Amino acid sequence: MERAMKLPQRVASMPFRFHGGIAALVALLVFNAFFTPNFLQLQTLFVNISQVATIAIVAMGMTLVIATGGIDLSVGAVMALAGALAPLIFLSDLGSANPMLGVTLAIVLPLFIAGLCGVFNGVMVAVLNVQPIVATLILFISGRGIAQVLTNGNLQTFSNPSFSYLGTGKVLGLPFQGWLALAIACVLFWVITRTTWGRYLLAIGGNERAAYLSGGPVRRVKIGAYVICAVLAGLAGLIVVAINSASDAARNGNLMELDAIAAAVVGGALLQGGRAPIFGAILGAVIIQLVKYTLLANGVEDEVALIAKAVIIILAVWVQQFRRA
Amino acid sequence: MNALVSMSGIEKSFAGVPALSQANLEIAPGEVHALIGQNGAGKSTMIKVLTGVYDRDAGDVHLAGVPSRISTPREAQESGIATIYQELNLVPLRSVTENIIMGYEPKRLGFLVDWREGNMRAREVLMRFGIDIDVTEPLGNFSTAIQQLVAIARAVSLDAKLVIMDEPTSSLDASEVEVLFGVVRELKKQGVSVLYVSHFLDELFQICDRVTTMRDGRTVSTRNVQDTTKLEMIADMLGRNKDEIAADGLTDFAGAKAKKGDIVLRADSVSTGPRLTHFDLTLHRGEIVGLGGLLGSGRTEAARALFGVDGKRSGAIELHGVVGQPSGPGDAIVNGVGFLTEDRKAEGIIPDMSVRENMTLALLPKLASRGQIDFAREREIVQAFIDDLGIKAAHMDQPIRELSGGNQQKVLLARWLATQPDILILDEPTRGVDVGAKREIQSFIRSYVEKGFGVVLISSEFEELVEGADRIVVMHEGRSVKELTNPGVTENILVRALAHHEEGTGSWNAQ
Amino acid sequence: MLDETAFDLRKYLRRNSASVTVWIALLALILFGLMRYDNFGSAYNFSSFLNYNAMFIAIALGMCFVIMTGGIDLSVGSVAAFTSVVAAYLSPYGIQVALPGAVLAGVGFGAINAFCIIILRIPPFIATLATMLAAKGGALVISGAQTISVDWGSNFTKLGMGQAFGLFPWAIVIVAGLTLALWLVLERTTIGRTVLAIGGSEDASNLMGLKVNRAKAFVYLLSGGCAGLAGVFLASGFGAGQPLEGIGWELSAIASVVVGGTLLTGGMGSIPATVAGALLLGLVFNVLNFENGQGTISFSAYWQMVIRGGFLFAVILLQSRVIARQQKVLG
Repeated sequence: MERAMKLPQRVASMPFRFHGGIAALVALLVFNAFFTPNFLQLQTLFVNISQVATIAIVAMGMTLVIATGGIDLSVGAVMALAGALAPLIFLSDLGSANPMLGVTLAIVLPLFIAGLCGVFNGVMVAVLNVQPIVATLILFISGRGIAQVLTNGNLQTFSNPSFSYLGTGKVLGLPFQGWLALAIACVLFWVITRTTWGRYLLAIGGNERAAYLSGGPVRRVKIGAYVICAVLAGLAGLIVVAINSASDAARNGNLMELDAIAAAVVGGALLQGGRAPIFGAILGAVIIQLVKYTLLANGVEDEVALIAKAVIIILAVWVQQFRRA
Repeated sequence: MNALVSMSGIEKSFAGVPALSQANLEIAPGEVHALIGQNGAGKSTMIKVLTGVYDRDAGDVHLAGVPSRISTPREAQESGIATIYQELNLVPLRSVTENIIMGYEPKRLGFLVDWREGNMRAREVLMRFGIDIDVTEPLGNFSTAIQQLVAIARAVSLDAKLVIMDEPTSSLDASEVEVLFGVVRELKKQGVSVLYVSHFLDELFQICDRVTTMRDGRTVSTRNVQDTTKLEMIADMLGRNKDEIAADGLTDFAGAKAKKGDIVLRADSVSTGPRLTHFDLTLHRGEIVGLGGLLGSGRTEAARALFGVDGKRSGAIELHGVVGQPSGPGDAIVNGVGFLTEDRKAEGIIPDMSVRENMTLALLPKLASRGQIDFAREREIVQAFIDDLGIKAAHMDQPIRELSGGNQQKVLLARWLATQPDILILDEPTRGVDVGAKREIQSFIRSYVEKGFGVVLISSEFEELVEGADRIVVMHEGRSVKELTNPGVTENILVRALAHHEEGTGSWNAQ
Repeated sequence: MLDETAFDLRKYLRRNSASVTVWIALLALILFGLMRYDNFGSAYNFSSFLNYNAMFIAIALGMCFVIMTGGIDLSVGSVAAFTSVVAAYLSPYGIQVALPGAVLAGVGFGAINAFCIIILRIPPFIATLATMLAAKGGALVISGAQTISVDWGSNFTKLGMGQAFGLFPWAIVIVAGLTLALWLVLERTTIGRTVLAIGGSEDASNLMGLKVNRAKAFVYLLSGGCAGLAGVFLASGFGAGQPLEGIGWELSAIASVVVGGTLLTGGMGSIPATVAGALLLGLVFNVLNFENGQGTISFSAYWQMVIRGGFLFAVILLQSRVIARQQKVLG
């Protein structure tokens, strides 16, 4: 009993959030190098990067929201919504007539709509004081519904190379979305460490009352976090659509909220708020993707991978409880 | 010995710091016993030892002559000790009846709650106190007073022999207080003892039989209320001689001579609610104005009004000659107001952030251009304050939670000094810090004022007010009632001003 | 609530405005349907509607108890999918084995939730999200990602398709019984009252000496059991265990509970109104079907989710005002 209580505390006393994650990553890599056939090949890297990018992008947004002490369950639905809008726009008459304009609008407009979803979530939480989990549940339900209504539930397939570049393009031989995720991470890292907004974000999560009494614009910062999270989710939705050259409102972003929360938590985000490890979120996304890949590549079914993910989430949060205490 | 409760020689320390030493308390059956003392005198520790929240380090507790074996609040309840906390331990969404019988519901067939019987019992116990309300209504629909009475009714229905009331009247209005007093008298009539903790000394004369005063973890005196005076009680609380207080005239003992500048702040009969009903204040550049008064007198509420946290209902606030209350902390800071809050943990520090980040939190808007923080300047400013204030931290990026209380407080003080507010409001700036840090903080405040800024100083320590403030506005029950001007104010004079008003007799100048 | 003094209609309406609203909305929608569509009031529509919604009502009932403690259970949909497979596997042994077996499996998942929430102190929504994943994975594993046909030779399919007393499907009778039992538990037993007290204020409940952990464990076990029952209905109604079903069920359940006037922060709730809320949401779908059948509009089924979200939004707005008022009263 004594030992059982002490172990997590000892783990917690280490700067676990990062080192633990890196240790897990190294362990996964070593395991795969020895046991997974064809692991050390460029193709494997490609597959994993293109898969991990969407999780990482959403997880970074989720990290910002979690940093305020909130949560956003609507990310998957927002992905579906943005993903459904894009083909509608560039396949429309206007979009077909002006391909350049069509593709531009097909990226900008869905992101704008996603941003509006973020405003909705943020206002519910920061102004109306609705619990985040409940506030974001509304769009969690109806966001995907709207997407399906817009597309009539049909699978929209298309062939549009310039739009598909989002998901299939390569820069320096590596998938475009991988670079995109990295660029976003750098920008967000800069925002969090270098700007007043970032400082307030962490202050609000650390002690909202103190941040308010020190003149922090609590509402504005909170709404901003939800907006960024939603826009990033919208972007991830576009990428998924671009990868598949098809938009399926029923499946796009399904269960993404879980992956994103798991990645953020594994990456060191505290559910109570006050911490926004952006690169941790990427690390978390990579770990989750690698766990999935490892299990799959070694003949473990996809289904069991779900159970493994459940265990990872519980463990990560459990360790957090001790760290905080 | 036929005392209901007898506690003697109680010792209790937290992490080596003694909270109680040789504390005694004796409550007779059917008496209303008051427990008074300054903040930190050990009243609540004493209660928590009695109700099993804390274990005592030494000493004896007897209940009706038998050694007490209470070690949890639940056991205290079962031994007939009920505590009515300041934050009510009731469920406002549920009905009055449920709140009274919860956990002890009358049953039919052994498992079905008998609401008819339950409602009847609830109504009956409330009727005993002359309260006739619809017991099926959710508790939250009633006033705080009624809710408090329901808490008492629950205690009584559980056959309590001792009811502990912690600051029961702090959020009640005058008529509600009367109802509560009626209940206390009724309890007494039924042979139930009441331990009554209050900062409002007037009340004690109305309902209490005896009063025990504590100071610095010790029991100072137990007196019959009939044979004592408020002055005597206050003298006990503060550890002063009452004759000295009464005899002390004007001296030129303490207080700095301030050169008054322009008026930077004026508050004119400001009210924000029942806890702050009438507040007047004028603050000049280069002076420290103290707000004196007992707990609950509205000092903190006044500060919150000036900082724009609580919206005002009436009256006027004037900053730099411009009329208007700040719309919130952000606006207040822009207008040159700073507010060091009383509760360092809940409203001050952001524990996981570094010393540097904590210190510049209020300064951020000024530190940034286009949203980007100027780190070089930030470090420069932080380093300057660390040096000036002698903040002991390993480095400026150390998390603030790892610092001692005194150093945390210095960081928070620096947070506000850095914004160079014309009006700096300090709520208990030296509470909970060691003596050395206290002296230092006091001298920083003085030197800040000498630069031509104004400070409003709130303190429970009369010594600090008397020696630190140029003028002292005395507050009582949400009103500013008197102003004392240094030089010439002594602690005794301040105490007498408070007591005077408490007694409500004679005029100040008569002495 | 249950006063021996004369029934005061006005007081009742004021205190139960949310419940009353949902009942009125339900009646209005039924009237609308009766007047507009020929077959709306037919025995067939009536019984198939109730039969289909029995599983949603069961889940909503469990969810109602969880939410009344201030918690949430996001795992119910996956657990129902899991137990539908369990029920299908057990169906050859008859209903007397399949029903308790599947319900027990659901209770098992509830136990995992309770363990994570009470012992490991993990926030309910994280713990139940994880169980949601685990149950989904588990369902796919034990079924091999196939629908598992039930044994048509046993009495199992009678549950979803046979008629009790020649009138209603058994599922409806069971859900009606469950509703009554849970109503009694909530209103007339100590544990029911404790559930409400915890949601009202967990600290106060502890200080009052109530058995808080026992009641919390109870609600998660109950919610798991209700999801298990829903899985049985799913398997019997569709003749197969459905490992891929249950997506979004937790949201329907939460929406039903909230539409029924239960406060999401806990402390206040009603069993009959929850049932009414579930029926109302189901009926909206039913009406849309009729409307499409008439060809007057072509509302796709996808509007269902949008409407559900809209319902939730409206109710949360109302509730946030109620809560704000409550906090004001508390000072």
